Amino acid sequence: MDSGKIDEIIDRHRGKSGDLIHVLMEIQHKNHWLPRDVLHQVAAALEIPFSRVLRVATLYKTFSLTPRGRHEVHVCTGISCHLRGAKQLLESVERATGIRPGETDTAARFSLETGSCLGSCSLGPEIIVDGKHHARMTPEKVEDVLKEYQ
Amino acid sequence: MTRLQSAAELELLRAGILSARDAARPCIAVCTGAACNGLDSARVARAFEVEAGKMAPGAGIEVRATGCHGFCEKGPNVVVGPDDICYFEVTPDDVPEIIASALKGEVVERLVYKHPETGEKAVHMGEVPFYRHQTRLLIGDNIRIDPKRIEDYVAVGGYAALAKALFQMTPDQVVDEVKKASLRGRGGGGFPAGQKWETAKNAPGDEKYVIVNGHEGEPGAFMDRALFTGNPHKVLEGLIIGAYAIGSHRGFIYTRHDSPQLIEHIETALAQAEEYGLLGENILGSGFDFRVEVHFDVGIFVSGESSALMRSIEGQPPEPRPKYIRTSVAGIWDKPSNLNNVETWANVPQIISRGAEWYAGIGTERSKGTKLVSLSGNVVNSGVVEVPMGTPLRKIVYDMGGGIPGGKAAKAVHFGGPMGGSIPASLIDAPLDFDELAALGAPIGAGGLLVMDEDTDMVDVARYFLEFLTNESCGKCVPCREGMRQTLKVLTNITKGKGRDGDIGRLEDLNDVTGAACLCALGRTASDPLKSMLRYFKDEYELQIARGSQAAGNTAK
Repeated sequence: MDSGKIDEIIDRHRGKSGDLIHVLMEIQHKNHWLPRDVLHQVAAALEIPFSRVLRVATLYKTFSLTPRGRHEVHVCTGISCHLRGAKQLLESVERATGIRPGETDTAARFSLETGSCLGSCSLGPEIIVDGKHHARMTPEKVEDVLKEYQ
Repeated sequence: MTRLQSAAELELLRAGILSARDAARPCIAVCTGAACNGLDSARVARAFEVEAGKMAPGAGIEVRATGCHGFCEKGPNVVVGPDDICYFEVTPDDVPEIIASALKGEVVERLVYKHPETGEKAVHMGEVPFYRHQTRLLIGDNIRIDPKRIEDYVAVGGYAALAKALFQMTPDQVVDEVKKASLRGRGGGGFPAGQKWETAKNAPGDEKYVIVNGHEGEPGAFMDRALFTGNPHKVLEGLIIGAYAIGSHRGFIYTRHDSPQLIEHIETALAQAEEYGLLGENILGSGFDFRVEVHFDVGIFVSGESSALMRSIEGQPPEPRPKYIRTSVAGIWDKPSNLNNVETWANVPQIISRGAEWYAGIGTERSKGTKLVSLSGNVVNSGVVEVPMGTPLRKIVYDMGGGIPGGKAAKAVHFGGPMGGSIPASLIDAPLDFDELAALGAPIGAGGLLVMDEDTDMVDVARYFLEFLTNESCGKCVPCREGMRQTLKVLTNITKGKGRDGDIGRLEDLNDVTGAACLCALGRTASDPLKSMLRYFKDEYELQIARGSQAAGNTAK
């Protein structure tokens, strides 16, 4: 992400209450992670100490300080999905991708996350890849679904 | 679109919208709520639009992409008006047949509800068992509304309550009405909303804020999103009325960042309300100014807690603070800030338009109105239901939910997610009531009702919830951060067959300390699920512990 685009984002939110969070959120959405030099740029532009930027960036779970894979795989581990077998499903996804929650594979193909709850409990257990829901999953179906994401 | 200058202009607009409509014309509502969306209902909606577009203009049919209908299990849902014929599990291939039948006034028999055991069919919404037993005051409008069209909300009577409050009532009268209605907060605490409003109203200072808590972080709760995404103006109207009553000119909506549809609908609703003069300066020509901004939770559970949420709006890390001084007196930037949950705000317009007396006639003595419940877990029909307070849980689980799948027996029902509690199936006749359920150890919380079948391992469920909260603890106060970690350790050992004698005592000790000493509700109520389990399912815990200590004894020998 070039620094011109970052400046645009900063200008859009500057002066609003909670501008730092809005800025980081938009960069995260567009760039999928927050590089350190970008955080420095944000701190300078908003005239906030870098330590405070880092504090906010490390506390909120959505912000990633490491690069992400091309595809975000999200396994819902909410209680309803849990009762319907999310654990086995997650194990199957871990086997298929070779990574654990919070990690990205070396080819940067997948990043794996768990989380709850996505509010579509009747579809559980489910995985969401790049925002697309794959409902009522079984561990056996995982390989087939992930094949579509190269 | 011009800004409306008076209540009369709003009524003119409404009359205009209604007269342009033909009530007899078939109208197809395609659900695009979270679950249906996950089942690709967008493709169904597109197919309807393409098919309807082929017809001669005026000949036709109206297609509406709406918010959640409620019956998530059977999605994608389609409802054909004006008679509200319900079709379930609709695919794009079914679309031409549905349109042709709708035009002829016929029913596509193969897509209507069939009772899984008796095979009995139900065609209309009022006959489908899932809907038949509900009282859908809040979510019922969802099938009539395209959330991106304010006109649809105005057509069902929207913003009439706001006009009534602004022109026929003083702020004090509005507060009184909400107090008389005994509206209690739907977010978890069940605190009387009117009393909270009054505190904020009477708090010193001119600058006051009103906040919609749309965080809905409780796992297994999805009704707020269904309501807010499907009918954002209802929540917004309630918020504006509340702002008028309290004397606030600046409002905040705090919601999830991970639901693009929800964000889009909220932002569209704000823009449209502003264009019509229902937000901004001089609302409806009344002289009252009010603006709303949207803020997002960025993936942290505790930011749904009111004081943490306010820190987040300020741009700080969302850490709760002790509430010796209520947030309604000192909240955002230490200004009086009245926070209510999505569902609480959504109740306000009907209280104003239909009166506190009418509202207080619904429900039980101390819990009024209806409650949205997210029904999930081991239940045949999961989805969003709305029932009057006082409805027995059995009715929700069996009559609406269709019972337990696979012919199994129910073991427990759990309310309130990781900070709630479980009660055994033998208590399933308990009424949906803030106080009665809290006394039983399963407080309603936000309204996530989880059904657990006979195979459920209750130790594992407590461990699950605790693990969730341990990961979500902000770490600011020691009893929460360390207490939960120790509790989790004991529970994990029990589930792994490494339980030891005295574990129950250890758990009870830890529960006592975290329950008393934690700073915010996350820590204080973190032990609630476990407490309820030790109250009702202690033998199961003892059995698993005994297995562990026996095994340890054997190795020692």
